[in-house]
Amino acid sequence: MWRRPFPWLIVIAALLFALVPYYTNDVGMRESLLLAAVYIILASNLNLMIGYAGYVNFGNIVFFGLGGYICLYLVTVGHVHVIVASLVAGVAVSAVALLFGAGILRLRGAFFALATIGVNQAVQQLVVNFEPWGGATGIYLSLDSYKPLGGAMQALWWMYLLIVLLTAASMLLSYAIKNSKFGLGLIAIGQNEDAAAVLGVPTARYKALIYSASAFLPAVAGGLYFFKSGIIEPTSAFDLQTSIEAIVMLMLGGSGTILGPAFGAFVYEELRGFLLTTEYLSHFQLVIAGALLLVIVQFAPGGLLGWLHRQWPRSRRWLE
Amino acid sequence: MFGILASVIDGILVGAVYGLAAMGLTLIWGVMNVINLAHGAIIVIGMFLLYVIVYSLGLHPYVAVPAMIVFGFVFGIVLYWIAVHRVIGQPELMSLLSTFAVNMVLIGLGTAWWSTSPYNVPVSMPSVSWQSYTFTGTHIAAAIMAVVIAGLLYLLLYHTRIGKAVRAVANNREAAELTGIPTTQVLAMAFGLGVALAGVSGTLIATLFPFTVLSGEAYQLKSFVVTVLGGLGNPAGALLGGVALGLIEGMATPFMPVNWIPVIEFGLFILCLIAFPRGIFSFTKA
Repeated sequence: MWRRPFPWLIVIAALLFALVPYYTNDVGMRESLLLAAVYIILASNLNLMIGYAGYVNFGNIVFFGLGGYICLYLVTVGHVHVIVASLVAGVAVSAVALLFGAGILRLRGAFFALATIGVNQAVQQLVVNFEPWGGATGIYLSLDSYKPLGGAMQALWWMYLLIVLLTAASMLLSYAIKNSKFGLGLIAIGQNEDAAAVLGVPTARYKALIYSASAFLPAVAGGLYFFKSGIIEPTSAFDLQTSIEAIVMLMLGGSGTILGPAFGAFVYEELRGFLLTTEYLSHFQLVIAGALLLVIVQFAPGGLLGWLHRQWPRSRRWLE
Repeated sequence: MFGILASVIDGILVGAVYGLAAMGLTLIWGVMNVINLAHGAIIVIGMFLLYVIVYSLGLHPYVAVPAMIVFGFVFGIVLYWIAVHRVIGQPELMSLLSTFAVNMVLIGLGTAWWSTSPYNVPVSMPSVSWQSYTFTGTHIAAAIMAVVIAGLLYLLLYHTRIGKAVRAVANNREAAELTGIPTTQVLAMAFGLGVALAGVSGTLIATLFPFTVLSGEAYQLKSFVVTVLGGLGNPAGALLGGVALGLIEGMATPFMPVNWIPVIEFGLFILCLIAFPRGIFSFTKA
């Protein structure tokens, strides 16, 4: 895996991501990059389902939100260290996804896509009514929770570095899966599931595994992100719009590629930041995102990377 | 006992309107295998058309019903050419994303124009009293109009040449093309019909309840529940599915806090999908 230049490229990019704001001590840059990093994690893990296995998951955000809730609950009630808590959240959410995936992955195509919307909304409504997690008002952290990390200022930097680490992990996970027998099986499922099954790909097991795998890193990231925010509540934790924006990013960069989702997420986040801060455009952020998605779907379904690969076939070796 | 009965009857009345919305969704799916994720936004257009007709033009609220049918049909055909035509026959991801993109644009424009604050159009209709219970006139009128529009759709699909063409294209597009049916125009028309149905159901819903630019999402999800209950791709089933959903809502309301109803709906939705992965809808789609 490490013989090819690609994984080293990711390590170097992640180091730049982590170190540049740290050494320039630029908090504004950190916050903007943090959002971009979170989106990269979401888009990249979504790519495992959409780009590889060909299953559209509209409700990917449910993993992020659930991870956040479990982590914050453990931190506030159990006084567990945030790193341990977010890892526990990741494992728990993956396990739930595995169980759930076994059920809803019997559905195909559009039916699966609809069911994932249903799962997200059902979980959101459940959490609204779930008193131990604070119901509709959610969970707040007190400042004491940041003490084990050396105060709130230090904690913010820690969370940033850890989320960048997760971003790199997402990319490497995508890379490792793509270059494995498992990944080959998934791509076969994405192209023609019945043919893949006939050729001996254990489709049901692979689909459940990838659904569960695509839940782990977003759940951990959710834990860290909401710990950093200090508050979690159902509407922001299970925001269907964010989930779908992740699909826009994925399509913008190029689904099925490894760098594409990261590239798309980064560009989209910067674009969004620009739109939100430009006065006469701030109301039209959603309109522009929608129009962008429409144009990509109609005219460039391969996204930016797909377009590059077509123009310069040699770029495939470097930009996977 | 009568309390439950009244609530159930009201549920059925509202359910007929849900059924009408779902018919729009299911017609488009049945004819061109596209799940229209702009459905919710189109329902919202119907709602705001009512608002514009009543407050900007000062006309009677029910004028909005035929107006929306005409406007929805034209708008649907335009949408077909912008967003749907190029993705027909492609993987589902493409049509889902394409229609969702339309949804984002419409909701974005709506939010910029009307913000997300609630709107209400009061419609005065005499209520019907029975013993100590009253049934709101608007609910009865909306249910009757929903059933009449559904009946008109049935006549169009089963008793006209155009309807025959639509059914032929739904059945087998290549064969229909070979017999000389202009299938692309038929698809555009079917999309227009679907959009008109969704829009007019939005208009009817707006005569019953307050609404915001973002209300569409909730009704879109209800439409999904209904289509899954009634069989995706089956317009008659959609009306029955709508009534069934209304019945469930009506029966659940007296027994549990309102907050829990969405949990039940989505739970039912997922269970239905899983229990009948292709089963109940497979008679229109292989």
